[in-house]
Amino acid sequence: MNKIKDEFIADPKNGGSPIKKKITVVLVGNPNCGKTTLLNRLTHSKESVGNYPRVTVTLARKSCVHDGLHIELIDTPGIYALTSQSGEERETREFIHSGQADIIVNVLDAGNLERSLFLTSQLIEMGLPMLFVLNMSDEAHSRQLTIDHHGLSSMLGGPVYESIATRGEGIKALLDGMVHMHRQKVSPEPVFLPYDAHLERAVEKVQRLVFELHPGSFDHNQSRWLAIKLLEGDDQILVQEGEHAHLLEMVHRQRYDLARDHGEECEFLFAAARYGFVHGMVTEAVHAPKTATGFLDWTNRLDRIFLHRFLGIPLLLGLLWIMFQSTFSLGEIPMGWIEAGVGWISATVASHIPAGLVHDLVIDGIIAGVGGTLVFLPNIIILFFFMALFSETGYLARAAFLMDRSMHAFGLHGKALIPLIMGFGCNVPAVMATRTIEDHRSRMITILVSPFMLCSARLPVFILFAGAFFGEQAGLMVLLMYFLSIVIAMVAAVVLNRLILRRDENPFVMELPPYRLPTLRAVMIHMGDRVAGFLQKVAGVILVGSIVIWYLQAFPRHEILNHDYDAEIARFQHMPEAVMYHETINALKMKKSQEELEQSYLGRIAQAIAPVFSPLHFTWKDTVAVLTGFVAKEVVVASYAVLYAQNDGVKERSESLRRALSTTMTPWEAFTFMVFALLYAPCLGTIATIRKEAGGWIWAGYSVVFSLTLAYSLSLSVIWIGGMVS
Amino acid sequence: MEYRLVDLKPGETGKIKGISGSINNKRRLTAMGIVQGKEITVEMIAPMGDPRIYSVLGYRLSMRNEDAQTISVVRT
Repeated sequence: MNKIKDEFIADPKNGGSPIKKKITVVLVGNPNCGKTTLLNRLTHSKESVGNYPRVTVTLARKSCVHDGLHIELIDTPGIYALTSQSGEERETREFIHSGQADIIVNVLDAGNLERSLFLTSQLIEMGLPMLFVLNMSDEAHSRQLTIDHHGLSSMLGGPVYESIATRGEGIKALLDGMVHMHRQKVSPEPVFLPYDAHLERAVEKVQRLVFELHPGSFDHNQSRWLAIKLLEGDDQILVQEGEHAHLLEMVHRQRYDLARDHGEECEFLFAAARYGFVHGMVTEAVHAPKTATGFLDWTNRLDRIFLHRFLGIPLLLGLLWIMFQSTFSLGEIPMGWIEAGVGWISATVASHIPAGLVHDLVIDGIIAGVGGTLVFLPNIIILFFFMALFSETGYLARAAFLMDRSMHAFGLHGKALIPLIMGFGCNVPAVMATRTIEDHRSRMITILVSPFMLCSARLPVFILFAGAFFGEQAGLMVLLMYFLSIVIAMVAAVVLNRLILRRDENPFVMELPPYRLPTLRAVMIHMGDRVAGFLQKVAGVILVGSIVIWYLQAFPRHEILNHDYDAEIARFQHMPEAVMYHETINALKMKKSQEELEQSYLGRIAQAIAPVFSPLHFTWKDTVAVLTGFVAKEVVVASYAVLYAQNDGVKERSESLRRALSTTMTPWEAFTFMVFALLYAPCLGTIATIRKEAGGWIWAGYSVVFSLTLAYSLSLSVIWIGGMVS
Repeated sequence: MEYRLVDLKPGETGKIKGISGSINNKRRLTAMGIVQGKEITVEMIAPMGDPRIYSVLGYRLSMRNEDAQTISVVRT
């Protein structure tokens, strides 16, 4: 049997050479065990060399060279078990079994061994060489826990190391350990969890049949693992073995008999046996002083303040206010620099490219579009600084705990609070902030709902409309829009929960890690990864989107206009300077661009689909504004400025635009447009972020369709009510 | 005397007897260390009474009352 194992380790795919130049190591552990920090330390936080995109999660891949060996490290999502219940668990398991992994490094929270080792009890059955790391050993020391490495190592069948990843301690020893394990081809003593006689008999029976059905394809470890998973009733493995009716029937019978004899489902008999094994190990290898209070003292003290019945929520709101203010007020300063920088680049490039098609494409399409997205960068950096701070200190879990009751009323997770509040600033970081929600379903609901929050880009639209149509009550109207956005987000969450997304009952159980001092390094890495991700993926979509919109606006070229504006402008320019001279030229220029817009593809599309919006009393001009708002909501104001032939550089507070606009709609129609603008499709940047965060165009498309439907039906109700009232 | 975990008051400890409810519920709780025979203590209550913080296996977790309802305990 050892021979089979050796071949397995040597990787038969590797052309017969037993020593590979490159090995793949997969890091597995619970959430909050410091796995990612450890990975960054191991690889000196080198740029990620790529990802393994999976269906629900992406496995980050980083690499390093140690002692002449190329080591590729794979980060897996934090998990508590290896069942097939969640996507994270399934995909970690699949990766381990894919044959791509050579060594498993199981990262354990040294101060929380008993719970951490439950996952270990499942990992060691997978039959790969394993290393164990007691991370955050400083915490264990501060609690005066002594851990017998040697004893633990012999019980687990693999070497045990100690590390403090945040300080970079124990990293070299661990890398040495990987290299040693690979070079010596140290195959761990196979560890068999001692199940009781009944379970063991069932495992053997099933294993024998598995062997017969798959001759030569599994070694002892693998077939045993498969047998155990079958007996545990693992949905995925049952489906995988679905063709062997005979096997399934036997498994079913064994499960039924065991459950009947023990008064408990088979799956939990195995779990109990695992916990028994773990408890035995911890009792033997971990020694705690008798006086140990169990939990860290200062965590207790801090919790008494932060989770206080009356102080807890005001403190949370205060901290969120600071985060929000910093993100958007502090962010404005570098935003100004970026805008200025983009302006300078634009001007410089403009002076080097002769006027014409390329000039327009580069300036109006590419630089304007990408620059428009880049201005969000300061927001994202500051937001993720705070997010990293909250999650590294352990406060995030506390915030979720405090708010869970209120959020739960709408079918949301406590952690959804932060993305929703961020949404008031900008939906892009809001969608990114949903990463902290582990439960996939809750996260998807939050992603779909957070674009309804009235972001700062939509505010100019409402300021313009409120000012133009509601005069004295303008402030009240804007406030009403904020109120509406919250109500609709909450109602949408309830609707999504009840109707659209499948309801599976995942209990809300969340670990509250001890408070930890974040290291600057960890916060920086956390931020850096997010920022890089934002720049790469979002910028790509934005670039394409901006070019498309530019094209639609700029083409077809050389259409015959009703009026020869250029000639008239030229005529004015040749005339001696007179009163109203500049105003007249500007007015002509605006009239020209208005007519160009009308004849552009964008204008034609707007006129073609205007009938769709006619029940909402939108004109084709409103439709153009709606279409350009897809790129970014603040563009709506700029579009109206062009549509109503206003001067360049019009802002939402412009008197003349207000006056021009106020004659085109009734207040009810304006309110209808405001409701529509609040809800309809997220902007391009948000759509791109949703695609990236939710893992596919389907979710992005879903978000667009869902919000468009909601926007249309609600606006329709508003105009109907308006019709009846007035 | 058998109780539901929700019936314990802050500071009280119980020994876990069993978990009822759906298989998913049971799986998730099992993975988090909620298993028969382990001691569990109520540590804190959220401002609105739900969820609550428990300590089990030497760590802390937050659980909603509707989930704690599915766990039966014996007072110790």
